[in-house]
Amino acid sequence: MIGLNHYLLLATILFGIGVYGVFAKRNAVAILMSIELMLNAVNINFVAINKFIQPGNTVGQLFAIFVIVVAAAEVSVGLALIISIYRQKKSVNLSDFNLMKW
Amino acid sequence: MQNILQISWIIPVLPFLAFACIGLILHRSPKGSAALSILAIGASFILSVLVAIKVFSGDPGQVFEMSFRWLNMPGLNVDMGILIDPLTAVMLIVVTTVALLVQIYSLGYMKGDPGFASYFAYQSVFAGSMLGLVVASNFGQIFVFWELVGMCSYLLIGFWFGRNSAKNAAIKAFVTNRVGDFGFLLGILFLMIVFGTLNYGELAVKIAGYENMAVLLPIAILLFFGPMGKSAQFPLHVWLPDAMEGPTPVSALIHAATMVAAGVYLIARAFFIFSQVPQALILIAAVGGFTAIFAASIALVQNDIKRILAYSTLSQLGYMVMAMGIGAMTAGMFHLMTHAFFKSLLFLAAGSVIHAMHDEQNIWKMGQLSKKMPVTTWTFVIGALALAGIPPLAGFWSKDEILLGAYAGGYIGLYVLGSLVAFMTAFYMFRLIFTAFFGSNKEGHHAHESSPVMTTPLIILALLSIVAGFVGSPFMNNIFGHFITAPGAVHHEANLSIMVISSLLALAGIFLAWLIYQKEIISAESLRQRFSGIYKVLYHKFYIDEIYAWLGKVFVDGGARLLEWFDLKIINGAVNGLAFFTGWSGRTLRYAEDGQVQTYALYLFAGVAILLITALCAVFTAVV
Repeated sequence: MIGLNHYLLLATILFGIGVYGVFAKRNAVAILMSIELMLNAVNINFVAINKFIQPGNTVGQLFAIFVIVVAAAEVSVGLALIISIYRQKKSVNLSDFNLMKW
Repeated sequence: MQNILQISWIIPVLPFLAFACIGLILHRSPKGSAALSILAIGASFILSVLVAIKVFSGDPGQVFEMSFRWLNMPGLNVDMGILIDPLTAVMLIVVTTVALLVQIYSLGYMKGDPGFASYFAYQSVFAGSMLGLVVASNFGQIFVFWELVGMCSYLLIGFWFGRNSAKNAAIKAFVTNRVGDFGFLLGILFLMIVFGTLNYGELAVKIAGYENMAVLLPIAILLFFGPMGKSAQFPLHVWLPDAMEGPTPVSALIHAATMVAAGVYLIARAFFIFSQVPQALILIAAVGGFTAIFAASIALVQNDIKRILAYSTLSQLGYMVMAMGIGAMTAGMFHLMTHAFFKSLLFLAAGSVIHAMHDEQNIWKMGQLSKKMPVTTWTFVIGALALAGIPPLAGFWSKDEILLGAYAGGYIGLYVLGSLVAFMTAFYMFRLIFTAFFGSNKEGHHAHESSPVMTTPLIILALLSIVAGFVGSPFMNNIFGHFITAPGAVHHEANLSIMVISSLLALAGIFLAWLIYQKEIISAESLRQRFSGIYKVLYHKFYIDEIYAWLGKVFVDGGARLLEWFDLKIINGAVNGLAFFTGWSGRTLRYAEDGQVQTYALYLFAGVAILLITALCAVFTAVV
């Protein structure tokens, strides 16, 4: 029988892969994808906890949808940034940029 | 006639006015400056004579005093005022006479000097300060003028400040005096704290009934520090011989009337304190006696005409201080007066010689001056005879009275010492005279007699050196001792055998000098060879300057080095260490901020993780 723990474990693994991707990948698009993984791990948690702890209402499902919407917006902004930076520097490799300092 | 005392405050004010006028208006006109300065001191002189006539025609105990409050704060009140009594009157006469003659003489001596106007300005303020000191009615006022006198001596000793030696001598005089003045100031403040007043009269009343020696002794010793510096007593004597770096008339003024007389005058003025403390009197007598013989022995071997006179002044000051110490305050003041006349005469005559010799001061390069400069020579001889104590010149009476005081007071040791000094004095003065004025003309120099403006003061001072002693002689019923006295000051009747002995000693000294330096029967060279060790020590003035220089090097420079180390290592170390630490941490932490977005994300994540783990740990421990 598949219970809450299995979902939580899946979400944890997914989140861990996402974190690893964010830190280890150099390609900006891959990092955006890793962030999507982390968001989706959270979504699984929302839905699973809603289903197993409080089956009566749909707050968790609703939140998951919000997250998907925000993620879509975030990805579009992120991709726009990446395209913009690519046009300037001809690269999407993050180790080429150290712009976040004086 | 009473109103002459009422306006006697003008006496010190006139030279100050002259100083201000020269400094502000007349400084471009050398002749005007000199005229104004001499006019002012001349007027002061006339007023002083009138005051003295008034005082000495009256009763010896009378005191005229007036003052106004100058400084007023809780715990310290200082008046400015005048106090005219016989002691003041004598000092007024001495100071104004010598200052006036020195200024007239300076007209010739300083002729053509680029600093002619400022020289007379300094002379005026010097005389004014000394007169202010003399008429002071309390210790606060005397200290103010005491310091002014010190400042003026600094200005005048360093008058030719282009010369390094003059500059250094001025600084030396000032610093040495500061040492003495510091003790003096402490003594004055002590008096203010203990007795609540600085006025002489009030203090005299309060101290007369005061018994607590533990308080009075330190006060007396601290007060004595002042005269020790100003009157150049051992061990603060080092500045006076160097003070000859100033123009020679200044030396005459410093050595006779203004600077060094202040110290002896102060002991006389504060005699009501010292006479209460026998231990302090013994200290004063010992310091004075030691200075007298110490300086006389140095004078025996010096070659510089002014240096010999300078050590002779030291020796005579020692005499005066010793007289104060043995209670013969009258004799000390008497000697101060006669000494002022013949010592200023000797210095001015020496200045005339130096002028004629084109700034040559070595007595061995002179010789046969008596033929070329008769007035200078004979006035100098009169001064030397007076200094040596040959009757009936001024020095004889005063020196004799000191010796008499020592003998009659039971201080046989000091009496013998004083007689020995008298012998040495006669010897070194006539060593100078036979070498420089008689003897042979070694260098073939072409000296010439000085102008009348310089020789006239010499003649006047020579006359004074002859007659000034009579006021204290038995022929005039010792009128001096009748007026100048203080409670506790002793006086003795003249003693013929002491007079004869001291005269014979002086004559013996002159005779010995004649044998060695005139007839050359005894060879000076072979004496020098035989006593070469002593000669060397004396010639180097007992190495006192070297010792002070060494002490300065060890303590002042050593202390400075220690503080420098502290400053460099500890203070600078702390500041630099802080800066280094800041720089180091900046350099190190710099690597944390590489501008890589992923590094920042890692920090963010690590931070959240740490917070989370901490929070969870807290929750679990709370639950368990």
